[in-house]
Amino acid sequence: MNGAQDLGGMMGFGPIQMEQDEPWFHHEWERRAFGLTLAMGATGSWNLDMSRHARESLPPAEYLTSSYYEIWTKGVEKLLVAAGLVSAEELTRGRALMEPAPIKRVLKAEDVPAVLARGGPAERPIEQPARFAVGDRVRTRNMHPQGHTRLPRYARGKSGIVELVHSAHVFPDANAHGQGEQPQWLYTICFPGRELWGEQADPTVSVSIDAWESYLEPA
Amino acid sequence: MVHDHHHHDNDDQSHLSEIELRVRALESILVEKGYVDSAAIDVLVETYEVKVGPRNGAKVVAKAWADPAYRDWLRTDATAAIASLGFLGRQGEHMVAVENTPEQHNLVVCTLCSCYPWPVLGLPPVWYKSAPYRSRAVLDPRAVLAEFGVRLPETTRVRVWDSTAEVRYLVIPMRPERTEGMSEEALADLVTRDSMIGTGLALQPEAMR
Repeated sequence: MNGAQDLGGMMGFGPIQMEQDEPWFHHEWERRAFGLTLAMGATGSWNLDMSRHARESLPPAEYLTSSYYEIWTKGVEKLLVAAGLVSAEELTRGRALMEPAPIKRVLKAEDVPAVLARGGPAERPIEQPARFAVGDRVRTRNMHPQGHTRLPRYARGKSGIVELVHSAHVFPDANAHGQGEQPQWLYTICFPGRELWGEQADPTVSVSIDAWESYLEPA
Repeated sequence: MVHDHHHHDNDDQSHLSEIELRVRALESILVEKGYVDSAAIDVLVETYEVKVGPRNGAKVVAKAWADPAYRDWLRTDATAAIASLGFLGRQGEHMVAVENTPEQHNLVVCTLCSCYPWPVLGLPPVWYKSAPYRSRAVLDPRAVLAEFGVRLPETTRVRVWDSTAEVRYLVIPMRPERTEGMSEEALADLVTRDSMIGTGLALQPEAMR
């Protein structure tokens, strides 16, 4: 979706604010928001693509004025309500009112190291061969789906070169909407800066994205 | 009362911000319903606050500088080469190492969210997740680099990697001159977090004295 998360190429946000000796978290509530988001993710009630979509579908003005862990908190609340695990009224009242819903699993403290070490690999077996090879010229589709996509606006309808062929990965555009993993070949596509940004762009710059096969057509 | 620490966790919440109250209420709902275990949250936070961080990535880079066979392995299978040092798992499942050279400088961003190689760098700094960096890293990377104090020769190409999938990129900065014979451990001290994102360069050995 063309949401506020898709920031590449926007202007006017001002200088980058670095912080010397930045702490990992700035407030105690950020620690809890981080931990409970990961812990809920480990219950298997939704997938990573659904989490990203929950965050990016915040209204743009809200997304851009919320801090990072505020966005995470709002995202996990939306997912909890959508999954029927917590009601909107419970969130408003700040306490449990209904019986808990069944849940696949609960992350225990002693299992955290193993769960983190396992991670969530996105690679999947696939029958069909890759459509493109390293060095092929491709064009990204010009598309504006209402749902989740990982093709940023600045890289739509652009011509580039296949630089890396990864393997088949879970397709987020489907997986974010409960349509299954539908794995597709994943590629790194490199574009000259001028293809993306026009003739005034720095000729020494190039930019790549990682793109699923259905984002691409031969050029 | 703000200064009355004894009551922070109980009745007096008037000093807490809206978001603090919201997260606190959320955790208590989830714990009461049995969906999450607060002790697991503690371990998750502790892991990323204490155990994981850019020293991991620095070990990878130092080994790549010192050991040509390891560097070759990083080039062909970064995930396995990095896992061999014990750095693996969440947000590092599919790793690619990109090497800086005099001809090409690499810079990593995630314009769509905050994708970052957690096992080797830890959690990302706020600026990496922020709109100013995400918007401009792909549009005007030399200006972004200048804000970080990095000025490259005009003949050096700038290559930006937008992490739009589950592949995570680790920049291997150029090894500074006059570091021959240094141990891997000493070399690792020259490798900063920013040098592995591409917003910095490795430190010169003089800087360590």
